[in-house]
Amino acid sequence: MAESRLRHLLTAGAEAWLGVAAGLLAWYLTLPPILLRTPLPSLVLAAVGAALAWHSRRRGGGTVAIGALASAVVGAAGAIASSAAPVHQLETVVVWSALLAASLRFATPVLFAALGGILSERSGVIALGLEGMILVGSFFGIFGTDLTGSWVAGLGIAVLAGIALASIHAVWAIALRGDQVISGIAINLLALGVTGYLFIQRYGGHGTPTDLPGIPALHLSFLEGAGFLGEALGHSNLMTWVVAALAIVLSFFLFRTPQGVHLRAVGDHPDAAASAGLRVRATRYLAVLGSGALAALGGAYLSIGFVHSFSPNMTAGRGYIALAAVIFGGWRSGGAATAALLFGFGSAVAQRLPIFSPTVAVLLQAIPYVLTLIAVAGMVRSARPPAALGKAYTGT
Amino acid sequence: MGAAVTGATSFLAGRSRLLSQLLSVFAALAVTAMIIAVTGHDPLSTFQAIFEGSGLNWLLPWTSGAGRETAALNLQQTLLIATPLILLGLTVALPFRAGLFNVGGEGQYLFGTFAAVWIGSSFGGLPGWIHVVVVIVAAAVAGGALAGFAGLLKVLVGANEVITTIMLDYIAVWIGVFLFGVGGPLQDPAHISEPLSRPVVESVHLPVFWGNPLLQGAHIGIFIAIAILVVTGIVLARASIGFEIRAVGANPEAARYGGINVGSTLVKVMVVSGLFAGIAGSVASDIPASEVGFLGIAVALLARNRIGWILVSSILFAALLSGTSERNLDPSVFPPGLAGYLAVIFQAIIILAIAANLLRLRPPRWLRNRLPATLFSRGVARPAPEAGQ
Repeated sequence: MAESRLRHLLTAGAEAWLGVAAGLLAWYLTLPPILLRTPLPSLVLAAVGAALAWHSRRRGGGTVAIGALASAVVGAAGAIASSAAPVHQLETVVVWSALLAASLRFATPVLFAALGGILSERSGVIALGLEGMILVGSFFGIFGTDLTGSWVAGLGIAVLAGIALASIHAVWAIALRGDQVISGIAINLLALGVTGYLFIQRYGGHGTPTDLPGIPALHLSFLEGAGFLGEALGHSNLMTWVVAALAIVLSFFLFRTPQGVHLRAVGDHPDAAASAGLRVRATRYLAVLGSGALAALGGAYLSIGFVHSFSPNMTAGRGYIALAAVIFGGWRSGGAATAALLFGFGSAVAQRLPIFSPTVAVLLQAIPYVLTLIAVAGMVRSARPPAALGKAYTGT
Repeated sequence: MGAAVTGATSFLAGRSRLLSQLLSVFAALAVTAMIIAVTGHDPLSTFQAIFEGSGLNWLLPWTSGAGRETAALNLQQTLLIATPLILLGLTVALPFRAGLFNVGGEGQYLFGTFAAVWIGSSFGGLPGWIHVVVVIVAAAVAGGALAGFAGLLKVLVGANEVITTIMLDYIAVWIGVFLFGVGGPLQDPAHISEPLSRPVVESVHLPVFWGNPLLQGAHIGIFIAIAILVVTGIVLARASIGFEIRAVGANPEAARYGGINVGSTLVKVMVVSGLFAGIAGSVASDIPASEVGFLGIAVALLARNRIGWILVSSILFAALLSGTSERNLDPSVFPPGLAGYLAVIFQAIIILAIAANLLRLRPPRWLRNRLPATLFSRGVARPAPEAGQ
């Protein structure tokens, strides 16, 4: 029985991931450096991917199988589009090392906020206030740098502002036992108002100064000659490396230290945690304040490490994207990092595509949001949220 | 559901809900006054300028002469802004009653404006009133479709509606930039280098009942909005679908057990809620679209999701918006560029104050024992907090 042998070789999940890969490979064939000028092999490959998706779905492949189907459709469409596009344009847009470097730039603030979101949600408090925390980090990062003349001090002031805003969310969620979704939305609105007000009051029509010191990029000389890796990673911003390290630290903290276990216990079973002697409210306060600090670091990177200016509402939904990354990543930093990179890649592609058609390209600016929508819609049931997420602790 | 649940509570507890709303407004006034003072302006004269900018002083009998004419113009602006706000408040309040949080008023409103501008700027041959009806219906359908999509995602795959509606907002924004932007399909061909929409045919403008049509007098849109408000209130209170919505909001499990199709009720609620936002987009005035979703939340929460109170609360926020607008606020008292953000802060504080349910703050035990217990009965701001996302 070939069927049962296949079953042993390939689990339904592995088969679905193979389908995802087939879809992506189908598109890759028509892009530099391979640059096939006919979509035929890609279409065959996409059809294989779709078949794998269908078969995996029948064996209970779950949501990844749907992802494989989506990947096959996107791969086929992409292959048809790019095999019809002029070669010189493809070669300007698709420079893999530059795309990866840009993806990392876009992913960094989202991942900072997502790590904060994991911390907060693992303790049981919904992290809908990330958007506002990033925004105050952005403003106070550049404002603090302007006041003190040092980006290090700017980072510190941004973190304090993030913690201050998070403390409102914490008091509302933990002490007042209010609705955490509403208080999250409210602090986002508060951040929008306060940063916009202070921005106009201080900088008026001129915008933020352009001669401020920024967070430096890390030039890794040992990567200089390393070709692709050197071009993609050799000049990344300091904060990109910091957030990568923080992702590992957070994962270690949550799953390998007693304090991390306590934090997850508080988020899953607060009553049991309390009867075991853990301080539920204190733990949640610390987690939410920590989320404010992390998200504000991401915001400060955005203003003084990436675009080197501030404009009202410049976060443009990154906090909500970060929350989607938390959910998509199953409340783990590795998963959230994958999701953040995916959205970063979407933004990077959207930034480079206008070369084909400036009018239609505005539509492509919506790519990161569409990706987020697909992520929360398609993958939402792959992991369980912390059991007590969003529920106020009423014990004494 | 409030009446059923708190039926046994006293007169005092019923009044305390109104009291906490008033407290929220005072809290917002106090915080904004502090911000105004700290940043070197005078709170009292600023509030007075905003009040006069809103035109509410028209209602005061001692306003006369030229001041009265200005006040009338400003009050017409306030009514114009109140029109979409009523509908946007409903957009949030109705799903709230079913336990859903529709944060995507902005996207649904934008979809409404896309449909309205498209239909309104073409089909010039249609008779005026039919054209108006077609425009409003198209806008409603566009908004309803977008919200219904989020509702479907919620019911079919369990995607959190807060995130999906916000993502749809940003997608709608970029679609708008494409449609009305330079070279876009709905851009005005007469101003080829500017991102302006095509002009809407003259006969589709709603009739003005107060003031000069050339100076943006108040049009009859507000009566349409109030009519929709009344119908929604009656349906929610009296019709069986209204009961289903309230039952699903109160306890989805019990509702399912009682034979209600919870999923289809949730999708219907989202569609209807999007219809309201779409209509709001078709009767829109000069409010910045980026604030539309949040404004709806503020209106609905200040009204505690009560249909009747939405009228009061939307006039309050409309007064705030027109009072702080560049057009109406006296720039020698307070810079209008700042005032817009002041209005945003004001909304945020109101939402925070209502979410805190200030009266829920429990006084220390020694005081609690000396006061009647019913003072502390809870008003419910949001019917069914959901587990997880």
